[in-house]
Amino acid sequence: MPLYGNDVAPRFDLATEVMITNRDDYSDGREEKIVVLSQASAEQLCHLILAEGIDVVICSGIEEEYYQFLTWKKVQVLDSVIGPWQMVLERFLKDRLKPGDILY
Amino acid sequence: MIDEIPLGVVILDTDRRIVLLNRSFEALTGFSRDEAAGIPCYHMLRSRICIKGCPALNIPEDSEPACVESDLINRDRMLVPVRINIASLHSPSGKLTGFLETLEDLRPLRELDAKISHAFSFANLIGRSPQMEKIFQILPVLAQSDSSMLITGETGTGKDMVAEAVHQASSRAKGSFVKVNCGALPETLLESELFGHQKGAFTGAVASKPGRFRLAHNGTLYLTEIGDLPLSLQVKLLTFFDDQVVYPLGGTKGFQANVRIIAATHRNLEQMVREGRFREDLLFRLNVVRIHLPPLREREGDSRLLIDYFLNDLTSRFRKNIKGFSKKALSILMNYLYPGNVRELKNIIEYAVNICQEGQIKPHHLPTYLAEARPWGKDTDTVKEHVSLSVQSDPNEQKLLETEHTWAAMERKMIMDALVKAGGRRSKTAELLGWGRSTLWRKVKQYGID
Repeated sequence: MPLYGNDVAPRFDLATEVMITNRDDYSDGREEKIVVLSQASAEQLCHLILAEGIDVVICSGIEEEYYQFLTWKKVQVLDSVIGPWQMVLERFLKDRLKPGDILY
Repeated sequence: MIDEIPLGVVILDTDRRIVLLNRSFEALTGFSRDEAAGIPCYHMLRSRICIKGCPALNIPEDSEPACVESDLINRDRMLVPVRINIASLHSPSGKLTGFLETLEDLRPLRELDAKISHAFSFANLIGRSPQMEKIFQILPVLAQSDSSMLITGETGTGKDMVAEAVHQASSRAKGSFVKVNCGALPETLLESELFGHQKGAFTGAVASKPGRFRLAHNGTLYLTEIGDLPLSLQVKLLTFFDDQVVYPLGGTKGFQANVRIIAATHRNLEQMVREGRFREDLLFRLNVVRIHLPPLREREGDSRLLIDYFLNDLTSRFRKNIKGFSKKALSILMNYLYPGNVRELKNIIEYAVNICQEGQIKPHHLPTYLAEARPWGKDTDTVKEHVSLSVQSDPNEQKLLETEHTWAAMERKMIMDALVKAGGRRSKTAELLGWGRSTLWRKVKQYGID
């Protein structure tokens, strides 16, 4: 999930912080890590997503080109999600998050 | 009513949360007003400037609206180029109550730009010569930068057009383009014209005047004939370059002007600096980006291109049915030097198109001074020599040079040569020249050869 302060970043290509987590055993010891990128770049972010073996990307504004690329690489993209990232993550972990959700 | 405005309009509260938006904003971003109400603006707008530095955060009090070009990603995942204007809203007591933001979709403009821009032109400038091609390549890049610019070139080379084209191609295009001729006004008036004045600053200042710097806020200020700017104003301009603040005459409060300066001159500023007529430090500040527009005589092949371009343009404008030029007329036009450059060429064609009542422009349709200026021919060296002479030499010297090319001078020289050959004998000289003795006598008298 690309971040902008406490919120999901409005733009995938301009995010410089990313939160990565796993949901397999979230009840006990779910690990959240925040990665700071050296520069904002959609290509770099896509590379990171593939390198880390990410299954789901939660973001807000993303260009069609990158959306299609990630989908083609079998990464599920939940885009146009707006809200504080903690709240968004909570909803996602409850399997209730859909693309276009606004949590404010 | 807000829905009828063709621009995206959004009203924000002081925390930059959306209060109201119109239909165009919904269409542009893909978010409905119900979804957007109360949400921070950057989540809906998703523009680059939201991340890089929201202009609403940096609007100083009493400032004019900010105008920036940026892009946004809409709900359809499309990157849309937009122009964003943002102004702060104040209550009658002067308290900040929110912000008004307008969004203009630049896609149609960009498509148009792509269609009209081709390799041999930039805005209204046309040329095919390597010198101009180099300029066309560099101008769009320079337009995007915000550095001050100095345009040099002879009169009629297109300095004003370049300045305006650079403004139109820059991110300040929506702001105003204000032109000031530094040579057109006396020093005292020019100061008030440029920097403005406060009411009562001097006799006759019955009202405050904003000044050109303030009018050009968020836009471009074009100072033409900068070489004619008086030294005292050069100092004032220098202080503006340093702190970007304009102090109107008689005023104590400065105004932070966001202005790009483009200056132009036909004078040699370096030489003026050497002569102490132009400040060296001002030249350095202006000289960040320099464009020199070559004179038409140095633009290989452009004369023909421009002749045809102006003929087509003017015949359609004046609704004339002129097919082209006769060989002789074209040769006169091609061999002329055009000291007034493209402007003079355009005026010559305009004159010919107006005068011509036939289907083809012939020599007698051209201004008469062109035919008189013909002897220079195609030889570029001669052309260069003439130009350098006409620029540098004094008028008497030039006159002398011109007389050598008249028939009378040639005839006098012929007689002198023949007299020398004949050892001074008149009958032999007349024979050599193929004239009668009386003709020779008359000519000798005419030219004062004794």
